Amino acid sequence: MKAEQQYIDLFARYEELVCRHSTPVMNALRGKAFDDFERLGFPKYKTEDYRQTDMAQSFAPDYGLNINRVQIPVNPYDVFRCDVPNLSTALYFVVNDSFYEKEQPKVIFPENVYVGGLKHFTEQYPELAARYYGQAAPSHKDGLIAFNTMLAQDGFVVYVPKNVVVDKPIQLVNIFRNDTDTLVNRRVLVILEEYAQAKLLVCDHSIDEVKFLSTEVIEIFAGEGAVFDYYDLEESNESTTRFTSLHVRQEAASNVLVNGITLYNGLSRNNYYVELNGEQAEATLCAMAILDKEQQVDTYSHITHAAPHCTSTELVKNVLDDHSQAAFSGRILVRQDAQKTQAYQTNRNLALTREARIYSKPQLEIYADDVKCSHGMTTGQLDENALFYLRSRGIPEAEARMLLSVAFTADVIDHVRLDSLKDRLHLLVEKRFRGELAKCAGCRACGPTNLPEGEA
Amino acid sequence: MLLEIKNLHAEINGKEILKGIDLTVNAGEVHAIMGPNGSGKSTLSSVLVGNPLFTVTEGEVIYEGKDLLALEPEDRSREGIFLSFQYPVEIPGVSMVNFMRAALNEHLKYKGLEPISASDFLKLMREKRAIVELDNKLASRSVNEGFSGGEKKRNEIFQMAMLEPTLAILDETDSGLDIDALRVVANGVNQLRTPHNAAIVITHYQRLLDYIKPDFVHVLYKGRIVKSGGPELALELEEKGYDWLKEND
Repeated sequence: MKAEQQYIDLFARYEELVCRHSTPVMNALRGKAFDDFERLGFPKYKTEDYRQTDMAQSFAPDYGLNINRVQIPVNPYDVFRCDVPNLSTALYFVVNDSFYEKEQPKVIFPENVYVGGLKHFTEQYPELAARYYGQAAPSHKDGLIAFNTMLAQDGFVVYVPKNVVVDKPIQLVNIFRNDTDTLVNRRVLVILEEYAQAKLLVCDHSIDEVKFLSTEVIEIFAGEGAVFDYYDLEESNESTTRFTSLHVRQEAASNVLVNGITLYNGLSRNNYYVELNGEQAEATLCAMAILDKEQQVDTYSHITHAAPHCTSTELVKNVLDDHSQAAFSGRILVRQDAQKTQAYQTNRNLALTREARIYSKPQLEIYADDVKCSHGMTTGQLDENALFYLRSRGIPEAEARMLLSVAFTADVIDHVRLDSLKDRLHLLVEKRFRGELAKCAGCRACGPTNLPEGEA
Repeated sequence: MLLEIKNLHAEINGKEILKGIDLTVNAGEVHAIMGPNGSGKSTLSSVLVGNPLFTVTEGEVIYEGKDLLALEPEDRSREGIFLSFQYPVEIPGVSMVNFMRAALNEHLKYKGLEPISASDFLKLMREKRAIVELDNKLASRSVNEGFSGGEKKRNEIFQMAMLEPTLAILDETDSGLDIDALRVVANGVNQLRTPHNAAIVITHYQRLLDYIKPDFVHVLYKGRIVKSGGPELALELEEKGYDWLKEND
């Protein structure tokens, strides 16, 4: 419990301070989360679900936490250049783990829609908030969630009431900005009541070269008939480590798309939990990572079919260059009552070097007898015949490799349901493979001269 | 002289397939290469375009005064050599439009020219598509993905029309084509003929040569050209088959 101890001590000593800078709704879960974390610790390395990622090791160094909520002197509008232009979004910022309140977009949402800070939301609508906060991601079974719940003080909320459709895509930019090594604990809470609709794009950026470590717990509640898109675009840097736990709860006939794209990172562990609790619910879970150098991505998914006539489609793709490493562990659980389930899982990996490592583990657990389930996994190299075909038409080898690598990722991006984002992602992926995305294009650190022309 | 092949030997996985090929092709000429299965016809075409699966062990190939075998496949293409593949490769996720624009721009860059504008490119695509009656829908899809056998062959000739090669090598372009498709493909090839370019047509059968008239016919057998002649040789082969070659063996 060495890595855990410093956080246990920290919380025991500063609990009052943590609570003072948060709200009763969030504080209400803190004590139990602390007990759970003390009991569970971080998920153990080499156990079934953490075979490739040593979480305790990531948390062993001494990181600074901003529990006193000191304002970081930063104007996100200055440092952030949107990487997804032409996509007219309602743009919000979370700097480290504080919602940026100073300047908010002048967007008029339909009545009673709330988009903004979690702290403010839980203060203003405590009863509503308490009905959802922490409910999809309970802390008693998972040390990562317990840790986050114990320490999180703020975050981001999208609340859309019954029958309301939010047309304008919402964009949340998470910015890491500090001069010393920093640990942040972020939350995102999305509540869509019956037949509500919204789209949220979350972008993670690291501005500085210091070490950043984050835990992020995302809870998504999709009521009956609700439609929701969640896009997660990580463009951080090699000194960033993130642990996310995303939880989706879907009621009948709801339709949720989760598309997590790792364009640039250090080490990322992304957990996805999807529960299909009502008939005719449909879930699409896509994840993709483009990795090189020593970068690592560990994707874990757990899709539960708890009601009949639901469909889940899962597509996870990784492209690995240099010494990078990817792991995929995907579990689909079909409960006894979940007849007529359709569940499809695909994991495809492209290893561009001999040194790249891929670990893949599909798991289907089916207790119903009338279902259609499939899983498929492939790991391979670029198709030599295709490579030669392209070269024989005059395309240089490096360009041909790039075209084929981009092509490999195309179907993940094709699942994106926002055309402008889809186009931009195709372009970003191409830049990534060309090595033009060594640092995220949105960062001040890159300097304005390095920014691509004509894309403001 | 456009192309001069001298004593060319080549092998794959240590097995020698070409055992001393000599062939000269001048601008404006069409050469047909015929021969039984396994005689080395496709190996010859693969070696000429630089397929890395094959190793040249002896001999040389001079193309427009240059040592062809020293060039990378992409440079051979930019120098004007084009292979219509016997089995065109399907490339999901790479659109025909992006593929052809990338290829064409590489050719232009090699010549020191500016890249083609998007509107000129689309105009050119439309124009060249018409030559082989290639459906617009196919041109907007991924390279060869889900194309029928005939569509793939048309697509090869379409690419040839786009890149306007000096030396076109057609490797069994007639295989898998019905008679209508064969006529379309052959018409396409004929439209692209000029006094300045040349073609090597590899085929099993005379029927393609009814449409693409060769100036010379060569018979390839066991890795060597064992007989050369005029168009009448193709007719003779059609009549007698290849067995008489084997008897002389």
